[in-house]
Amino acid sequence: MSAVITASGLGKRYKSAVALDNVSFQVEPGRIVGLIGPNGAGKTTALKAILGLTDFTGELNVLGFDPRKQRDRLMGEVCFIADVAVLPRWIRVREVVDFVAHVHPRFDRTKCEAFLARTKLQPEQRVRQMSKGMIVQLHLALVMAIDAKLLILDEPTLGLDILYRKQFYQNLLEDYFDENKTIIVTTHQVEEVEHILTDLMFIRDGRIVLDADMDAVGERYIEVMVNADRADAARALKPLDERQVFGKSIFLFDGVGRAQLEALGETRRPSISDLFVATMKGTYA
Amino acid sequence: MNTFLWLVKREFWEHRGGFLRAPVITAAIFLVLNLMGIVTGEVMGRQMGFHLGIGSNNLHLLTQELDKQSMEAVGAGLDLVMYSSTMIIGIVLGFVVFFYCLGALYDDRRDRSILFWKSLPVSDTATVLSKVVSATVVAPLIAVVVGALTGLVMLLMFAITLSLHGVSVWHLLGLSHPLQVMANLVGSIPLYVLWALPTVGWLMLCSAWARSKPFLWAVALPVGVGIVIGWFNLLGTLNISNDWYWRGVVARILGSVFPGGWFSEVSGIGGDSPAAVLSSLSVMHSYSALGSMDLWIGVAAAIAMLAGAIWFRRWRDDS
Repeated sequence: MSAVITASGLGKRYKSAVALDNVSFQVEPGRIVGLIGPNGAGKTTALKAILGLTDFTGELNVLGFDPRKQRDRLMGEVCFIADVAVLPRWIRVREVVDFVAHVHPRFDRTKCEAFLARTKLQPEQRVRQMSKGMIVQLHLALVMAIDAKLLILDEPTLGLDILYRKQFYQNLLEDYFDENKTIIVTTHQVEEVEHILTDLMFIRDGRIVLDADMDAVGERYIEVMVNADRADAARALKPLDERQVFGKSIFLFDGVGRAQLEALGETRRPSISDLFVATMKGTYA
Repeated sequence: MNTFLWLVKREFWEHRGGFLRAPVITAAIFLVLNLMGIVTGEVMGRQMGFHLGIGSNNLHLLTQELDKQSMEAVGAGLDLVMYSSTMIIGIVLGFVVFFYCLGALYDDRRDRSILFWKSLPVSDTATVLSKVVSATVVAPLIAVVVGALTGLVMLLMFAITLSLHGVSVWHLLGLSHPLQVMANLVGSIPLYVLWALPTVGWLMLCSAWARSKPFLWAVALPVGVGIVIGWFNLLGTLNISNDWYWRGVVARILGSVFPGGWFSEVSGIGGDSPAAVLSSLSVMHSYSALGSMDLWIGVAAAIAMLAGAIWFRRWRDDS
């Protein structure tokens, strides 16, 4: 199958700053890609370019469409949740379901109503009367009822309590995702998406600094817990990062042989957040 | 087409208050004020010891023996009663459409719900046009229907009052032309579309373009230019007619959402009897405005401004 997104030489410059600096990447179908980066790294700009919401330089192909010229048709195949609370505040549940049902050719009304039946949302309820969590539930019910090939989530769980956050990703995985769909998600709550991602992309200052699938990440990055007496030997292998826990040192290595590291101490796969912190060191300095 | 219908429906849902409630409330207030007026008249009449009923025989005779010209005058008066409610509602309509257009492409950018609308497979052209249709067809149509119904109620109110004084109601009502009045009102909606278009276009352009305070831009820009022109005229360095600018540009891009403005392009308004005046204001006659160049220049300018609004809707990136 051909790639869902192919980007080459993507660039975008705002008045004061470079948002995307010659970015190239590819996303294959059936993947869940985490696009992770510090504030202002260019995540949202990249997503906006994919959705045809902003102009840019370079080549970009999304599901065979050019988002700049064929946006209307592209949006028939792509869904996105921009971040919480962008549903219009005046609209009622009944109205928004009616509207999307008549405007979106791939919308399955019964599916949407089934999702809504599992929530506390009432047909006559207006968005302005809902909590943030309920708005996201409504938005998710709409989006999950659309048979789209690509789903883009930009900080979908920002400001939600932990119950809603867990439920959000659980619904996505259980009731929505399959091998024909692709999801791209940006979030700062990395721990929450860690187990569902198949691919990881780190973006920093408008550049992709890491683009790999999770297996490759596990091969490449290894964390070792080393006793104090062998710390110098570990440092000689040029770790990415070092921190102290209970008198032991934890080193993070990039591309050092597993056998070599196992000789130093107990090895394990680093968490995405540790990897992120190590990779982004000095971003705000 | 189906999508377009739902886009218009969505506009109605969002602006039910302006499109439906505002004319209905205006009509209700109008009727209540008239009722109060009638009651006051009756009560005062009684207190003064003046009973219309005494003269009822005369009045009765009067209505039967009206000559043709006075019958026309009475009919025209009754028609005017019907028009009057729509005129008041028309003024309210002007304000509703003005502020609707100003917010149409701005409010959803401010609250970021544009990101939701833009996540649906709807072209920006369809979105903008659905808003134009809502402003120039849906809102006036509702206003006209509410206005005509109010006019009928008014007519009945007067008729019943008169019948209490022994005047034959049905004979009197027979002199009015309710169907013709409604046809005239509904018939002028296409003219309203063409006439209001420059204002709708300008306001929507500002609405799509402004990063903040679209009202200020929409009003301050043309007024500011007018002041500069006036100043240059004062210095005698520029030869643009001040009058032309204010009437031909400012009034058209800010005030044309108020219905009836097109009569400035119609000649031969007036007459020596109420009926003649009314007929000079009739829909058939008012369509002679279509012969005016100014109207079509306005339409052309409006199309250009709406194209600009669509472009900004597509590419404005600030949410």
